[in-house]
Amino acid sequence: MGTDLGRRMVAGIPALQEPVLEVRGLRTWFGMGALELKAVDDVSFTLRRGRTLCIVGESGSGKSITARSILQIVGRPGRIVDGEILYRASPDQPVIDIAKLPARGRRMRALRGRDIAMVFQEPMTSLSPIHRIGWQIGEGLLAHGLASRRGARARAIELLRQVEIPRPEEAVDRFPFEFSGGMRQRAMIAMALACSPKVLIADEPTTALDVTTQAEILRLIGRLQAENGLAVLFITHDMGVVAQIADDVLVMYQGQVVEHAPVHQLFHAPVHPYTIKLLEAAKKLGMVAPPARPAAPNGQTLLEVRDLSLVYPAQASLFRRAKPPTPAVRGVSFDVFEGENLGIVGESGSGKTTLGSCLIRVLQPTTGQVRYRMRDGASVDLATLDRAALRPVHRELRMIFQDPFAALNPRMTVAQCIGEPLLVNHVLSGAALRRRVHELLGMVGLPPEVGGRYPHAFSGGQRQRIVIARALALDPRLIIADEATSALDVTLRGQILDLLLDLQPKLGLSFIFISHDLGVIRYFCNRVAVMYRGEIVEIGDADDICARPTQAYTKRLLAAVPAADPVHRALLDSGDDRA
Amino acid sequence: MARFITRRLLGMIPFIFLVSITVFLLIKLTPGDFVSNYAASLAASGETVDDAMLASMRARYGLDQPLLIQYWDWISGVARGDFGYSFEWQQPVVSLIGERIGLTLVLSLSTLFFTWAIALPIGVYSAVRRYSIGDYIFTFLGFVGLAVPGFLIGLVLMFVGVSVFHTDVGGLFSPTYTNAPWSIARVGDLLKHLWVPMIILGVSGAASLIRIMRANLLDQLNQPYVDTARAKGLSELTLLVRYPIRVALNPFVSTLGFILPQLVSGSVIISIVLNLPTAGPLLLQALLGQDQYLAGAFLLLLCAMTVIGTLLSDILLALLDPRIRFQ
Amino acid sequence: MSGVMLAGPAALQSASEARLMWLRFCRHRLAMFGMVVVLLMYLIAIFAEFVAPCAPDKSNARLVFHPPQAIHLLDRADDGWHLRPYVYAVRLARDPVTLAPTYVADNRKVYLRLFAHGDAYRMWTLFPASLHLLAPENPRDSVFLLGGDRQGRDMLSRIIYGARASLSIGLLGVANSLLLGIVFGGLSGFLGGRVDWLIQRVIEFIISLPTIPIWLALAAALPKNWSPFATYFTITLIISLIGWTELARVVRGRFLALRSESFVTAAWLDGCGRGRIIFRHMLPSLTSHIIASVTLAIPVMILAETALSFLGVGLRPPAISWGALLQEAQNVQSIASAPWLLLPGAAVAITVMALNFLGDGLRDAADPHGQ
Repeated sequence: MGTDLGRRMVAGIPALQEPVLEVRGLRTWFGMGALELKAVDDVSFTLRRGRTLCIVGESGSGKSITARSILQIVGRPGRIVDGEILYRASPDQPVIDIAKLPARGRRMRALRGRDIAMVFQEPMTSLSPIHRIGWQIGEGLLAHGLASRRGARARAIELLRQVEIPRPEEAVDRFPFEFSGGMRQRAMIAMALACSPKVLIADEPTTALDVTTQAEILRLIGRLQAENGLAVLFITHDMGVVAQIADDVLVMYQGQVVEHAPVHQLFHAPVHPYTIKLLEAAKKLGMVAPPARPAAPNGQTLLEVRDLSLVYPAQASLFRRAKPPTPAVRGVSFDVFEGENLGIVGESGSGKTTLGSCLIRVLQPTTGQVRYRMRDGASVDLATLDRAALRPVHRELRMIFQDPFAALNPRMTVAQCIGEPLLVNHVLSGAALRRRVHELLGMVGLPPEVGGRYPHAFSGGQRQRIVIARALALDPRLIIADEATSALDVTLRGQILDLLLDLQPKLGLSFIFISHDLGVIRYFCNRVAVMYRGEIVEIGDADDICARPTQAYTKRLLAAVPAADPVHRALLDSGDDRA
Repeated sequence: MARFITRRLLGMIPFIFLVSITVFLLIKLTPGDFVSNYAASLAASGETVDDAMLASMRARYGLDQPLLIQYWDWISGVARGDFGYSFEWQQPVVSLIGERIGLTLVLSLSTLFFTWAIALPIGVYSAVRRYSIGDYIFTFLGFVGLAVPGFLIGLVLMFVGVSVFHTDVGGLFSPTYTNAPWSIARVGDLLKHLWVPMIILGVSGAASLIRIMRANLLDQLNQPYVDTARAKGLSELTLLVRYPIRVALNPFVSTLGFILPQLVSGSVIISIVLNLPTAGPLLLQALLGQDQYLAGAFLLLLCAMTVIGTLLSDILLALLDPRIRFQ
Repeated sequence: MSGVMLAGPAALQSASEARLMWLRFCRHRLAMFGMVVVLLMYLIAIFAEFVAPCAPDKSNARLVFHPPQAIHLLDRADDGWHLRPYVYAVRLARDPVTLAPTYVADNRKVYLRLFAHGDAYRMWTLFPASLHLLAPENPRDSVFLLGGDRQGRDMLSRIIYGARASLSIGLLGVANSLLLGIVFGGLSGFLGGRVDWLIQRVIEFIISLPTIPIWLALAAALPKNWSPFATYFTITLIISLIGWTELARVVRGRFLALRSESFVTAAWLDGCGRGRIIFRHMLPSLTSHIIASVTLAIPVMILAETALSFLGVGLRPPAISWGALLQEAQNVQSIASAPWLLLPGAAVAITVMALNFLGDGLRDAADPHGQ
């Protein structure tokens, strides 16, 4: 789009602020009787041309169902129970109540895609894997009778150009799996705009994308909105994104509207306690609020990484296309000091997860050294140790995983999961083992009785605490946390980070924290290493890097992080677009 | 695409080679050979057995050579189109198997298309109208179809045919056309008789295909791209056919790879029960009588049929699914 | 604090995965029904000597192709109605017009009794006894509840004895296949690389071959002078040689999926040795799938044995199995005059259906998506 000023100017023209979609008292419920779930309960808002309304909430808030209710694509057993969805294409057109239209009727179908279009979250699974991109984009035009086959193809090429996909004449005949995530999302946007709709609903379109790609997509949407006078309904869980693009904000919690206000008012004068909680969590892990990281380390080196590389070997075969050798980690070197938190930040494909796996020897590095100083003072090179010698190291060097649902064996009780390292290393058994397990559960804030339950009975945040308890069982010194908070809701992230920070001085821990989220890293870590395409491009003090980056990539990364403050709308302004 | 096909074809060659070795070992498995069988039957009927005569018989049929030579002779003959000599029938094997193998192929292929033609719509219906009465009925019928052995259905049908309709449902041709040369009329007669073994053979195949289609389609119906299509304003029927059914079609088509062996295999039993002029009855007889070249030819061709079927299934899948072509 | 526990009954929360599976399974009424039928069948097979009304090889030339007799429960005697099961006896006579042999009523009631003494037998060839579940009161009478065969032998008794062979071949064949499947599937999934590639190609090769011709060839190769016992075991072996591929695929698939799960990596990082990882961590996740696949493999074996014996290359008389019994029904003339000869086929169908219901239910219960 342009600057914030530009937006305000365009939005100032009265014609472009007219209401185009008004939702009144919408209720969408699932199930019957005792199992009834009020997914959307009495939600009201108005969408205006040229303005963006953000619906923000955590998982289970009902924001996605609200969006789907507008297009009446809520699957059975959900149904709209009450409320009005009033749509008016322009002031001289009649008002249609979408909620009253039969879901499969012709009138509803005529609205979908042509008047109101939707962009979904996961572009890989939201695009048909076996149809060409050009076809999928042009299909709406054919379905609504707005163009011939040739016309639809021409329009598809033009749309691909508008969404900045390179060489659109070739791209139009490609399949979705040939594109990257960012490209696919651009194609989805092109598909949504094919029939020139008045309303664009975007359901978490950037959640699955890297932060730099997210910035590009947000800029794209903003520009297309201004050019076409779209009313945008943007659904997200990220308060930073809200701050950067919203004109109005709707906060939802468990199906109900908790607060509804213009963006500046919401951020600077929030009313509802839930909003305040969300804002606190966002600001805490945003780039502005003071970090909570531990005091400066004592200077003793704990881990020395020198020239670490992992190259996936070439795959040649008589019957398959040959794959060249792929370097995942290239010549990485850094130190970790005792008592500090080192953050490793990067986007997808940067090699950060591979690096973490190499350090702990889940993967075997191709070259390089990983010198670790054991508790007894001996120094070992993890990269070359054999399996048997690794076992004592793995008592001091532990790992916390990303997906709390996959990290616990579903067929073992929580107590068994936590006690496993103690049992296998012959440290404790019997009653002493049980006592230690209770102690560990208490450390992570879970009552001891839960030991007899199975993982499926716990929520994501609780499972992550159990994983942490298991990691702490053997009294480790260094913990590698691989995207430990990425799968959790925003409000829970802060809790888990605070838990780790709380335990750190008591147990003498150091952390290597791997994440794609700069805000989390800044909050938690003393020093940061920025990774891009397998290499560390910049490493230094967290504050220094965040305030005064020196490398181009770091600058781009920092510029792309959406600040949770609507006054500083730098995101949409920043320069070069490349996906 | 052409590269894909060539790669697959090249991969087939060792398969066929292995098949020929396996078949040869199978027919050589029985202790003794045709000559000892013949000697045993002579002894059983009380005649004297002349060892010299037996030895000369062996030499004449090449049965006294080491195994490797026998294999080489056989396989090089096959490559030239000479499938050997049938001891039992005293004819070249080719003249015995020609029409029978062809009819086996006709029966298997027609049953395959019949099975697909039934299983596809029923599977789609079962998935789209899940838990409806129709779904339950078809699921139950499917179970019955899988449980009842094909030859039993054949027997029951024969029984019904004889006692209720007073006709013989066995055979593929009416008496007038049995040995007649090929003509349009003969084809018509074949089609009239084909549907009985086709139904018997197809029932259990259809049952498993219906379940496969249903399961695959159910997986696809919940995928996000179906919602995308709906949000574009497509009608339910259009989006159903164009997207989830089209995607679910791919694994469905690839079932050719294992259904065809099942059909060829099942046709052997059915043909024995219904006395059809296909591979089955003659193969069984050849195996029991150790008529090794006849048995070997049948086995080799039947196995080759199914192995080629698997190849076709892979190629078909690649044609339909771009993801596989690009791997 | 840590937040609210997930809502749900307390019992459900502390339920183990096995218990959850059982609960999911119980909701499947068809599968429960299948389980009951399967258990019943196996009980009948185990106690065949007791359950069968008479000895299976008791032939009677005067009762050839005896029609089935219906049981009447209420007997009208002079002093009113009694609950006393009986059948109407028939005898062989010649039809005066066509001179074909037919059965005519004998005007005699043959009374049956539960837990009566009948033909003597040796239970599992060990314990001599003569108690039968249901037998004629008078041991010299014969009863043919499902008809008689060409030699005047009771079909019901023969079907019951046949269950023993058919069902046990199913179990033994599957045990064999399971062994091969676990070994090869496990090696394939766990070691990966070249070993996996090789085993996968072998499995593809075996699957692409048509089974019946191969079985025919193997079975026909059996020397005819072997004892029924030896034949029985070899047939089992032959059938299981083809059937192990499906199990191997399941095992391999599960192994591959599990290998990349975080909790397996976590177990290794905890210090577990390879053995403990396989047996303590991976195998329990495998077991439910294996049980489901095994249950679905048994009917395949039973159908295979039935087909082979029917064709005359499997179990041959005097061995009794359902397939061997069906051999007598091979020509249309016998079936036309005595359609009850097809009843062993019904026994096969019922057992296979019940096993399929059971296996389906187990597979749905084992599937985590079922939660």
